[in-house]
Amino acid sequence: MPKDTSIKKVLVIGSGPIIIGQAAEFDYSGTQACRALKAEGIEVVLVNSNPATIMTDPNIADRVYVEPMTPEVIKRIIQKEKPDSILPNLGGQTGLNMAMSLAREGFLEQEGVRLLGCKPDTIDRAEDRQLFKDTMEKLGEPCIPSKVVENLDDALAFAEEIGYPVIVRPAFTMGGTGGGICADVAQLREIGTNGLRLSPIHQVLIEKCIAGWKEIEYEVMRDSKGNVITVCNMENFDPVGVHTGDSIVVAPSQTLTDKEYQMLRSSALRIISELGIEGGCNCQFALNPDSFEYAVIEVNPRVSRSSALASKATGYPIAKVATKIAIGYSLDEITNDITGQTCACFEPALDYCVVKFPKWPFDKFVYAKKDLGTQMMATGEVMAIGQSFEEALMKAVRSIELGLDTMNLPALAECTDEEIHAKLHVCDSERSFVVYEAIKRGIALEEIHRITRIDLWFLHKMEKLAQTQHRLATEEPNMELYKLAKRQGFTDKAIERLSGMPVPARLRAGFKMVDTCAAEFSARTPYFYSSFDEENEAEQFIAGKNSDKKKVLVFGSGPIRIGQGIEFDYCSVHCVWTLKNFGYEAIIANNNPETVSTDFDTGDRLYFDPLDPESVENILETEKPWACVVQFGGQTAIKLTKHLTKLGVRMLGTPADAIDEAEDRERFDALLERCGIPRPKGYTVLTTEQALEAGSELGYPVLLRPSYVLGGQNMIIAYGPEDVVEYMKVIAENTDMENPVLVDKYLMGTECEVDAICDGEDFLIPGMMEHVERAGIHSGDSISVYPTRTLSPRIKQMLVEYTGRLARELKVVGLVNIQYVVYNNQVYVIEVNPRSSRTVPYISKVTGVPMVELAVRCMLGEKLKDMEWGTGLRPDAPYVAVKVPVFSFEKLHGVDTQLGPEMKSTGEVLGIARTFSEALLKGLVGAGYKFKAPRPGSCCLITVKNADKLEILDTAWQLKSMGYKLYGTSGTAKVLNSNMIACNTVRRISEEEPNLLNLLESGLVDYVISTSDKGRDPELDSVRLRRKAVELSVPCLTSIDTAKVLVETLRSGANMDDVELIDISTL
Amino acid sequence: MKTFLVLANGTVLEGQHFGATGTRVGEVVFNTGMVGYEETLTDPSYYGQIITQSYPLVGNYGINGEDAESDRIWAFGYIVRELCDAPSNFRCKKTLDAYLKEQGIIGLAGVDTRSLVRLLRESGVMNGALTTEYETAEEALEDAELMERIRNYTVTKAVESVTCEKPVVHQEDGQYHVALFDFGSKYNILRSLVKRDCKVTVVPATTTAAQLKEMHLDGIMLSNGPGDPAENVEIIENLKEIAALGLPIFGICLGHQLMALAQGATTEKLKYGHRGVNQPVTDLAHGRTYITSQNHGYAVVGDSLDASVGEVSHVNANDNTVEGIRYKHMPCFTVQFHPEACGGPKDTDYLFDEFVDMMKGER
Repeated sequence: MPKDTSIKKVLVIGSGPIIIGQAAEFDYSGTQACRALKAEGIEVVLVNSNPATIMTDPNIADRVYVEPMTPEVIKRIIQKEKPDSILPNLGGQTGLNMAMSLAREGFLEQEGVRLLGCKPDTIDRAEDRQLFKDTMEKLGEPCIPSKVVENLDDALAFAEEIGYPVIVRPAFTMGGTGGGICADVAQLREIGTNGLRLSPIHQVLIEKCIAGWKEIEYEVMRDSKGNVITVCNMENFDPVGVHTGDSIVVAPSQTLTDKEYQMLRSSALRIISELGIEGGCNCQFALNPDSFEYAVIEVNPRVSRSSALASKATGYPIAKVATKIAIGYSLDEITNDITGQTCACFEPALDYCVVKFPKWPFDKFVYAKKDLGTQMMATGEVMAIGQSFEEALMKAVRSIELGLDTMNLPALAECTDEEIHAKLHVCDSERSFVVYEAIKRGIALEEIHRITRIDLWFLHKMEKLAQTQHRLATEEPNMELYKLAKRQGFTDKAIERLSGMPVPARLRAGFKMVDTCAAEFSARTPYFYSSFDEENEAEQFIAGKNSDKKKVLVFGSGPIRIGQGIEFDYCSVHCVWTLKNFGYEAIIANNNPETVSTDFDTGDRLYFDPLDPESVENILETEKPWACVVQFGGQTAIKLTKHLTKLGVRMLGTPADAIDEAEDRERFDALLERCGIPRPKGYTVLTTEQALEAGSELGYPVLLRPSYVLGGQNMIIAYGPEDVVEYMKVIAENTDMENPVLVDKYLMGTECEVDAICDGEDFLIPGMMEHVERAGIHSGDSISVYPTRTLSPRIKQMLVEYTGRLARELKVVGLVNIQYVVYNNQVYVIEVNPRSSRTVPYISKVTGVPMVELAVRCMLGEKLKDMEWGTGLRPDAPYVAVKVPVFSFEKLHGVDTQLGPEMKSTGEVLGIARTFSEALLKGLVGAGYKFKAPRPGSCCLITVKNADKLEILDTAWQLKSMGYKLYGTSGTAKVLNSNMIACNTVRRISEEEPNLLNLLESGLVDYVISTSDKGRDPELDSVRLRRKAVELSVPCLTSIDTAKVLVETLRSGANMDDVELIDISTL
Repeated sequence: MKTFLVLANGTVLEGQHFGATGTRVGEVVFNTGMVGYEETLTDPSYYGQIITQSYPLVGNYGINGEDAESDRIWAFGYIVRELCDAPSNFRCKKTLDAYLKEQGIIGLAGVDTRSLVRLLRESGVMNGALTTEYETAEEALEDAELMERIRNYTVTKAVESVTCEKPVVHQEDGQYHVALFDFGSKYNILRSLVKRDCKVTVVPATTTAAQLKEMHLDGIMLSNGPGDPAENVEIIENLKEIAALGLPIFGICLGHQLMALAQGATTEKLKYGHRGVNQPVTDLAHGRTYITSQNHGYAVVGDSLDASVGEVSHVNANDNTVEGIRYKHMPCFTVQFHPEACGGPKDTDYLFDEFVDMMKGER
């Protein structure tokens, strides 16, 4: 069926902020969808609250709304833009839920808007637990014994009937939020209650636990003619029980015979056909390893994280094809873009092995529970492609940025054999490394299999790695062994470390092509991965292309993690686009399957490989690029600078030394001195004694951090000597003590941030940002406002002046990000990052200045004064843009929500409006705050540290006058009462009941304001209070500054019903 | 032990040995299926051919015997990137290596199979030899006799090598009696018919119309098989008479080609054939496209079929080659692909239902 020509204007709903379970993959799929629609001449209206995305670029969609994603807002956008259709299945669960709620209440029909690609009843049949079961029963597809319940008693009764362990799966939540495995009644009480609360329809599924079965996934596509294909199947390394987002996943399946493969494939096709999905769908199966028995676990009737992975693993552009199907095309009418000569109605054949490895945030959250279960914990993932499982696994480990280049986790080396044996029983984020350690220790594979239920095939392959490692350590270096090690993914560095000898030769990798068809047809997409074979297809491709353009290699940012998110992919992609526009051949190297940068048609060539020195050298050798770019790939790319300098590679933009100058304490101090810019006084120390000395010399509070940090890792504020002692211990445990610790005077002033573009002489500041929270909270976790709110013209002038001096002195060519603190009318520099920053997409979007493009042009030699945007500080825009961080605390058990110098947020949203209050309201609503008017009995709970007690008075008074009853812990209540603000005293959690917890559980608390000197330790009262607030979804403010602006907003009368919705493409 | 693949163009690949030893000459082809190697190896259509598996990890689930498509390996050799020595699957009975040894088939592992597939794609299928009898590549290339054998090799007498000797009846009490011509039939064609309540008599390839007439049949099934279809002159002649019996006929792969030849069409050799489980085939009557399992090096030339005799019912969505024919004056339809799957998708096994319906209608 050809294109449906009645479709002229389509609303695409994005997935909102990055949270655990919903990361960059939906920017990738949404962007691909928008581009496919535009290519068909269809007008695209986009809504997504996440400004760091590529899909919200004005050249991706025609109308762009960076607005809170609530049904009310979407309705207003529909009424304003009058699209004829809505494409709901490419924006993750958020986009789908939104569209479904509008469809269900009849709004879409009333407005004459068609739902493309799916029907509400389809979605219900896939996502509503009972309807799903009924549908599977009708098809004769086996399901796991389960029952949908709406209260805890029914859950307990059913669990009794089928026997423990059982799994709780809440309905309509993403990434399994609120679910888990319960071994007994007590656990079911806890997890079941939580799951019921988190499900928007208060419904959970209680399911018989089949942990230990193989978990297999199929990515399926169907068109309106009924043509069905599977794009890819995948097998989880971890058996059923671990969320697939937290499992190592391999594609294609490895341990299935054709009979099993086809059995499940046929089942997946029956399911998508029965549901009538037109587009993509993901089917998850559990397969009994000892028989043909299987069960359908889950069906996602939309493009998902797995489909992003399947797209990158096979080269098949699922989102693009799904979009074309949604507007009427059938699979056989769509061309396979990879070969350019075959049709999209086929099944990719792989001639390599793909391994996906999750990236967990536990390196940042030392106190978080690392256990893996049915609720996803990973913030991101990497993918690796190899000719063998061993090679792909090793490449994945090298990509995940845990500082590892083999499966050896140093901490495990200290454990006794008994301890390793015991650890095998623990299913946490370290398990794959524990398994490897166990194999090395000679624990029988059968025993490991018995405990972990990980298939013996995977264990045998890991054993091969262990054998090679052993041989490297014991044999004389020889070519046969060296070649074997190279083919299994060992780097030269690892081989030399393990063998204690130089490598016998230096083999260079060649590259093979990902072409969807296992070489059956010649392909024209330049998508490569390295392998140690003689043939080098990349070299052949380059020679065949015979281009006289200069080649530039751009390094991407690797896995999404806290502190390095989607914004760096945004920057990398814009860098590539600019290079292409200006006549260069842009080549991208990255390892993250979720991103736009790794899409098949983003760069002129894509290398899907680790971003470590050896892999990079291999790419350089084949490509021989004219230059490289490291500025846009976050710390991942920056880390390569030293190595690239050593290789003598031309690096575009800021000299490599500037990075060292900005990061090395002494050189940085010297730089500031030369520029005549003050910084908070500080010292470099190596021991606890020195740190204590520095503390008393500077006067508390002081800021402590290791010298090389990213996202404020292990950075803390010490309010007294005891904090210094505690934290020095933590730092010593978690970092390499050879790196010194920095102790700085902590200035409690206003924090501001400047992103500038520099050409070596002039600079351009598109806009300056001011943080709502005072210095001390990581900039990524602060609410950030553009333009600045409170700074005087004199201070602003100083910021501009200082920025210019620093940029010139560091010889910045490209982007620089500088963080300042304004304290007692004096400007201090906190840090300088001579590279792209988290705020670049946000400022680009709200000021209209294409920052990355200008930066790249500067790097290519153009001068700012010759470009159309001028130099110096751009005038403020006539509206306010507020960036609000978004956290995934409900997924991270045991993590304190108290904000501090260590970054905790996973994503962000933007609110744009004419006034600060309206912009903040949009930001907060977009970030998930639910504002409600005080009801009879509503109250606020306030418990703040001593330093905040007087400052909170005004905020408390305002809440009181709005009609809230106030509760406080004894100290806070006493100060409020003695200041004529009536406040009830409530007992602490550690005191007898009824106490704080009971108050929280009463459901009467609308807001919690909790600040404390100390955090982190999950046993602390204050941490338990904040965790409880997270569990109960009660907004909990951990900075009095946040509390203050929140209350201002509440009182401003700003209202989501009448606030103006802004199309940023018209700004 | 050193094992070499010596190709007719003088390319030699050296790798690790598995399976049997010796020297075997054949036509080197590639298969892109990611699973189903037991089915592939035992598919009689691979008679005379050395198979290169494009998926690099082979042998992962071992050999179980239950998934075999005939009673032995018919392929002449097997080339893989990485052979799994520790298979894992609940039905696994032996390793792939042990199976090849037992069957006397030479295996070659540890070579860059992708590069070999690309070579075959560019040059077309090529003759070659798998050998364990030389010390060096040069030694093999200098063996004029070997090179001569390689260059002159053609798959001949393929059908007579693989067909059964005498009729065998399956499911005596089946509702419809079908004669299944064994041109090198895969077990699953038989299973597919038996499952649909047919009594199946597997008959030798040279069975005549007169012999069939004695059997009181409801239908005739023409199986898959190896080799150049045009070589089977006697069978093609027989088929002309068999078609005249007026019985419902369903043909697969070689069966499809032979019937086309019997009806006056011609066949051609494809550059490198279709061997895999992901080939899209469009059913022109219904506009649906199905994913099919395929294994053929020859195809019917679409224009060569007289429009009054039959029409092309299915085409390959990638290269538009003929994938099926529906005949006009007799109850007969044939397909180039494998609706019986094994290995591969079962998406077109409804064709067996159509065949049964046809027999029901003709009764």
